[in-house]
Amino acid sequence: MEEKKNLITVNIDGHDLEVAPGTNMVEAAAMLGKEIPHYCYHPKLSIAGNCRMCLVELGMPGRDRATGEAMLNEDGTPKIMWMPGPAIGCGTKASPGIHIKTDSPKALESREAVTEFLLVNHPLDCPICDQAGECTLQEFSSTHGRGYSRFIEEKNVKPKRTRLGPRVTLDDERCVLCSRCVRFSEEIAKDDVLGFTDRGSYTTLTCFPGKELANNYSLNTVDICPVGALTSTDFRFKMRVWFLKDSNSIDFETSVGANTVVSAREGKIYRIKPRRNDEVNDTWMTDSGRDLYKLVESEDRLTNCSIDGAEASAQDAIAKASELLKSAQGVAVVGSGLCSVEEQFALKAIAKSVEAKGVYLVARYGESDGILMSTDRNPNVRGALMTGLIDGLPEEELGDLGSKIDSGEVSTILVVKEDLVAAGLSEAQLKKITIVYLGAHKNATSGKASALLAGLTQFEKSGTVINQQFRIQKFHRVIPGPGGTIEDLYALASIQANISEDSFPSTVGSVWKQLRVGGTPLAGVSFKSLSDQGQLLDGSAFENLPFREGESLHFEPKREVVVAE
Amino acid sequence: MAVHPKEHRVILKHADEPGFTPDIDCYMKHGGYDMLKKAVTMEKQDICDEVKKSQLRGRGGAGFPAGVKWSFVDRKSGKPVYMVCNCDESEPGTFKDRQIVHKDPHQLIEGIMISCFATDCAKAFIYIREEMPKGAEALDQAIREAKEKNFVGDDVLGSGYSCDIVVHRGAAAYICGEETGLIESLEGKRANPRIKPPYFPAVLGLYMCPTIVNNVETLCNVKHILEMGADAFANIGRANNTGTRIWCVSGGVKRPGYYEVAGITLGELIYDICGGPKDGRTIKAVIPGGSSMKILKNGERFTGKNRDGTAYDWGIEDIPLDYDGIAAAGSMSGSGGMMVLDDSIDIPVALANLMTFYSHESCGQCTPCREGSLWLKKITTRMVHGESRPEDIDLMKSVADQIEGRTICAFGFAVAWPVQSYIKKFEEEFREFAERHSKSDVDRTAAKELACNH
Repeated sequence: MEEKKNLITVNIDGHDLEVAPGTNMVEAAAMLGKEIPHYCYHPKLSIAGNCRMCLVELGMPGRDRATGEAMLNEDGTPKIMWMPGPAIGCGTKASPGIHIKTDSPKALESREAVTEFLLVNHPLDCPICDQAGECTLQEFSSTHGRGYSRFIEEKNVKPKRTRLGPRVTLDDERCVLCSRCVRFSEEIAKDDVLGFTDRGSYTTLTCFPGKELANNYSLNTVDICPVGALTSTDFRFKMRVWFLKDSNSIDFETSVGANTVVSAREGKIYRIKPRRNDEVNDTWMTDSGRDLYKLVESEDRLTNCSIDGAEASAQDAIAKASELLKSAQGVAVVGSGLCSVEEQFALKAIAKSVEAKGVYLVARYGESDGILMSTDRNPNVRGALMTGLIDGLPEEELGDLGSKIDSGEVSTILVVKEDLVAAGLSEAQLKKITIVYLGAHKNATSGKASALLAGLTQFEKSGTVINQQFRIQKFHRVIPGPGGTIEDLYALASIQANISEDSFPSTVGSVWKQLRVGGTPLAGVSFKSLSDQGQLLDGSAFENLPFREGESLHFEPKREVVVAE
Repeated sequence: MAVHPKEHRVILKHADEPGFTPDIDCYMKHGGYDMLKKAVTMEKQDICDEVKKSQLRGRGGAGFPAGVKWSFVDRKSGKPVYMVCNCDESEPGTFKDRQIVHKDPHQLIEGIMISCFATDCAKAFIYIREEMPKGAEALDQAIREAKEKNFVGDDVLGSGYSCDIVVHRGAAAYICGEETGLIESLEGKRANPRIKPPYFPAVLGLYMCPTIVNNVETLCNVKHILEMGADAFANIGRANNTGTRIWCVSGGVKRPGYYEVAGITLGELIYDICGGPKDGRTIKAVIPGGSSMKILKNGERFTGKNRDGTAYDWGIEDIPLDYDGIAAAGSMSGSGGMMVLDDSIDIPVALANLMTFYSHESCGQCTPCREGSLWLKKITTRMVHGESRPEDIDLMKSVADQIEGRTICAFGFAVAWPVQSYIKKFEEEFREFAERHSKSDVDRTAAKELACNH
């Protein structure tokens, strides 16, 4: 209610609207479902006001100069003094009584004018432009343009394929000089490498001498480029965007859990872009996260299940795995922070059924960049904590497991996604044990598995992960897995059913029927109704754990924890 | 050179006197820095009030009252207040500040120091255009001399007030004369003008601190206001147009040059002081205040109503030579750069020349100016090259209308106004020129030369 008091009433095209102080007119109009077209304005960047597309008519309640009193119309309503020239919507902040007209003849004429100006030196090469189909200039030209050209002069010629960095290629003729990319580099990526050279219509975007756009956020400039000027060198000329089907997903690189959209066509992924989540990643993501789809068709991809090295059907491999785990004395479970919450829940059930001698996760740490790469490079350690799979933070090395192998306490290990060798176990230790492996990629451990279950990548299955803020977020299947693979959750559920001789839910939805029952930290969450923006969970039960996290865009580590490090 | 009897020299009083040199000794012999000595004993607010009362208006172009501008400065922010002297004098046809800086730099330094003291500025900057290297040297030298005498620097004249002056040279871009572009440039960035709101210099100026930006001539006037008193100053010229103005006359007159005058008409300046058109020529038009201002056609009648309700009906020579007079004639006195076009000039060629200039100088930041100015250059160039189409005249006007009022800074007006006014007043000539020039046997060399379009 306190906040309500501070709201400011603005009037847009005759409709009164209450907005928070500081709201600009582009955002205010959007609340009414009115689009004020714009190029340079971006909600997460500073206001440049250079494209002039969002020009609107602006008026303020008049005040008598002599008395300072409000001027009134005959009917007692405030008299609005309209400014002679139009004003930019993006740079006009809400103030009491402000009036704007977004669809008056003057406003529409301004848009026509700006659209014409933007097109006079534009190459109009939409047929060969990657942006076609998702190009703001294309859309606004059709909505706000006049539909004919009055320009008969020669167009300016500019460089068509400038390499700005390893991942970004610039077509300068298409650039509308909105400066979004320049502001992004300076304000968000903190890597001030872009600028303009030359003047007037010959102004050219370029990197500063001796520098290149090579930071791990460079591809965000491609995302925010409203036209086809900045293109992804990886995606360029690969696929028409209107053929792509988008699915919401999560970046699995780190515990930040940046929200993403993965675009695919006919079972093949073409690109990953960030999805706006103002609580997590705003509208950004890393370049490295966009490369993860390449794991789907990587050379080390497992495409067949096997038993003792011989190709086998998934059913046979599951049966073999179940048998090995059931009959063994001394089973340990090595789960993964790359698993979904649902898979970790199934793993926990298995661990209980086999009376596991130890349950482990492998920690991964890297340097935090303060933006979207946190220190914790596992996307879902908190999922393992909240499902009860583990009760302490994982180590980078499985030393404890090693001693249990040496002592003979552990003879069989169920490994999901991880590589025991990389996690510090020796070849000799591996020889002593029987391995059941579930994962999408080959590694030293999978090669020694008695039962090998070829699983799926994150893009081939659905599920949830819990990020550094204890925000549970869901990801969706984008493409089907290759033939010969088996869905991880289905495999784990089948193993658990075989061992316990009781049914176990094998789909994400049915797992959640068990997960959401009262008393657990996940109570009340439902996969189906979980918003695409995720949901914050109560992580207070774990607040004393010394999580290793750096600061990121919307996350600040607890001070005590930092000291504890 | 001899001073014309119709001139009223205040700022340039000594500048051209034989034996007057730009050093501090000569300046002090002529009463220099007396006003600064007086100022530091006064209440700061009293000086501001005097300036306000004098009705001094900015000499840079817009003609905004200087005292009012000073009063806008945000004092509550706790940030330092900066004074920036705009010595970028980049409007074509303007060369008045150059005279002051070269011939009487201490007058400017004194004006700046009085203004800084009155407005309690922490530091002053003189942004001088690249094309005045000697001027920059003269200012540096003057500041050195003034520092030695404790007129600039720490604890000025024992008043406890300290202020340094930094001379900063531009890199020859027209847009650096726009105050927020100038501030960006002064900060070491590309001179892209800032959007207003929120970046009004009085609140968020240099280094995001409150900043006063004043023209050279404006700041010099502050000294004279103190010297003669606000009332005496306000008695020079007409009400609301107080003080003298230095006009820079170029083009088709017998005696082009700079003239400091007050209370005369445009005709008196052009015909009496400048000697009228060159022999055998007649005056065709006058661009009154720098190349971006709307053109005044010789022979047109300027009519309207005065504030007191009386009607006026002027020929070009009757226009009162001040802010309000020229505004009443539908143009602006701008920077005081008056260009006289005689009958040897083809108006379309003059426009082509201007569009070449403005498209070259557009900073490129905002769409209408960036694209519109080059488009206009391309059309006018075509016209000069004899490839005009009948619809081009309407097209040019429409393009100019699309620029006007839609840009970040006033540059948009500078591009649009010449096009709009030239076409409005010389439409027949445009049509006649286009037709004549499109003939195959016409010699276009001179026109191309004049239009800077080869």
